[in-house]
Amino acid sequence: MEGVTISLGQLFLQIGTVILALALMGRFAGRIGLTPIPLYLIAGILMGQVMHLEGDAASFVSVGAEIGAILLLFMLGLEYTSRELEDNLRANRRIGLLDLALNFTPGVLAGLLLGFAPLACVLLGGVTYLTSSGIVSKVLADLGRFGNRETPVVLAVCVLEDVAMAFYLPVMAALLIGGTAWQMGGNLLVALGAFGLSFFMALRYGEVLSRLMNALSAEVLLLSTFGLVLAVAGLADIINVSAAIGAFLVGIALSGEVAERVRVLVEPLRDLFAAVFFVFFGLEMDVASLPDVLVPALLLTLVTSVTKFIVGWHGAAQAGVQTRGRIRAGVTLIPRGEFSILIAGLGAALTPVLGPLTAAYVLMTAILGPVLARFDGPLSRWVDRRPPA
Amino acid sequence: MPRIEETALPGVGRRFDFDAEYGKRVGVITHRDGKREVFVASREDPDACGQAIVLTSEEAKAVADMLGGSTVTRQVTTLTKEVKGLALDWITLEDGSPFQGRPLGATMLRTHTGASIVAIVRQEKAIPAPGPEETLLQGDVLVVVGTPSGVLRAGNFLNGKPAL
Repeated sequence: MEGVTISLGQLFLQIGTVILALALMGRFAGRIGLTPIPLYLIAGILMGQVMHLEGDAASFVSVGAEIGAILLLFMLGLEYTSRELEDNLRANRRIGLLDLALNFTPGVLAGLLLGFAPLACVLLGGVTYLTSSGIVSKVLADLGRFGNRETPVVLAVCVLEDVAMAFYLPVMAALLIGGTAWQMGGNLLVALGAFGLSFFMALRYGEVLSRLMNALSAEVLLLSTFGLVLAVAGLADIINVSAAIGAFLVGIALSGEVAERVRVLVEPLRDLFAAVFFVFFGLEMDVASLPDVLVPALLLTLVTSVTKFIVGWHGAAQAGVQTRGRIRAGVTLIPRGEFSILIAGLGAALTPVLGPLTAAYVLMTAILGPVLARFDGPLSRWVDRRPPA
Repeated sequence: MPRIEETALPGVGRRFDFDAEYGKRVGVITHRDGKREVFVASREDPDACGQAIVLTSEEAKAVADMLGGSTVTRQVTTLTKEVKGLALDWITLEDGSPFQGRPLGATMLRTHTGASIVAIVRQEKAIPAPGPEETLLQGDVLVVVGTPSGVLRAGNFLNGKPAL
């Protein structure tokens, strides 16, 4: 990549074309009532075929993608207050464990069957485990289901998964650095220690930080938030705790009024860079192996859709919800999305085929889930017609 | 008063709902960005929202005004949330209170407890900023503002119970 210098005009032209293509995809997604994430992936894959980003443009896109990953996690942390996290951990532990057992395992098993390295199997487990909270909340908002009885359970499952991911990401990041067993153990200890400490600090001193950050001017608030997120992410990366988790913890620590304001300010930035992140993933993907992974991805989609469905069904049943609501809860949880891709990105060097497999898998689940969620009526009639087991 | 159930919707806000007398579940979702969503459950599927309307916070205030009453409460409750060390309570003048039938000034509440009566609610009607000559009746709900301990003392004092 080095050595290729292009004029500023060309640079802007290339980046502008990429972003315009994304806007087009986003518009199309809105029209057919889907989240744009899967379409961004497709856009990236197509772009990789027709155009070749070079030099400055390529480095801009790859740094932009990293920032996108960080902002995704930051906004996720911002989404929940520490209070909500604690309450949820206490109240919904059992359904969370069921979810983990049912949806992490298929990914790991599939990895073993495909002959992946052990760590790549664990990564694939993460890919199949995480429901996309972004897609879920979009589906719930679009279909006006926030008031439904099963909705708290659906959201609770998402929250617990996100907490589990906050633990999972630094562990995987530490293990992926590799080295001897001792070095890996050392990295793991450092990662967990730093994570535990900063999680504790975020819960304990979040209020102080929030008060300090709450500058009156929106401009100052935006700059100080963005700066803090990047700095903490950088620090986390230097001590091998995964930059994204640093950002997540900053998000958790900010609460109250400042969190509300930051959410509004950072959202456009997140949208921009997250789009770049998904495109970059598509661009970097080894497209040649895509046909080979279609069948495994399809099988994985079928199996993990059923396992997610069981989680939703069971959770809703516990909340006293009837058949139709249970079905809604089950299918709403099917889509995987942004964080599955984030996890697959970690393993790009280890097992290149993980990327295409995840992309195909995310595409399938992200389309299947929202479509099924729309047709809860016919589905429940179909279920009710069958004789009770 | 219907029994209102409150449920947390992590990442979204809170949901308040109750089973309305006409047979369906009715509720309000307070989104964290200030939007309010009013919904009513559907008849064939009581778990689901049949209809929902989303109101901006301004519109929600207007609707609350049209329905009557509750805006005062909401504004006052947000006040207590924002100001630390300030408490507000609704104290019902029970039967047997020493101040039943006596003017408000006779309680000398501020002298005794540091808390003030800022409004009286009598049979769904509010008397804001009552004067000292206002006669207190049994069943009056007194809106008392003060420090948290002052308000607590006021509750005991007004109903003739020993101070803590």
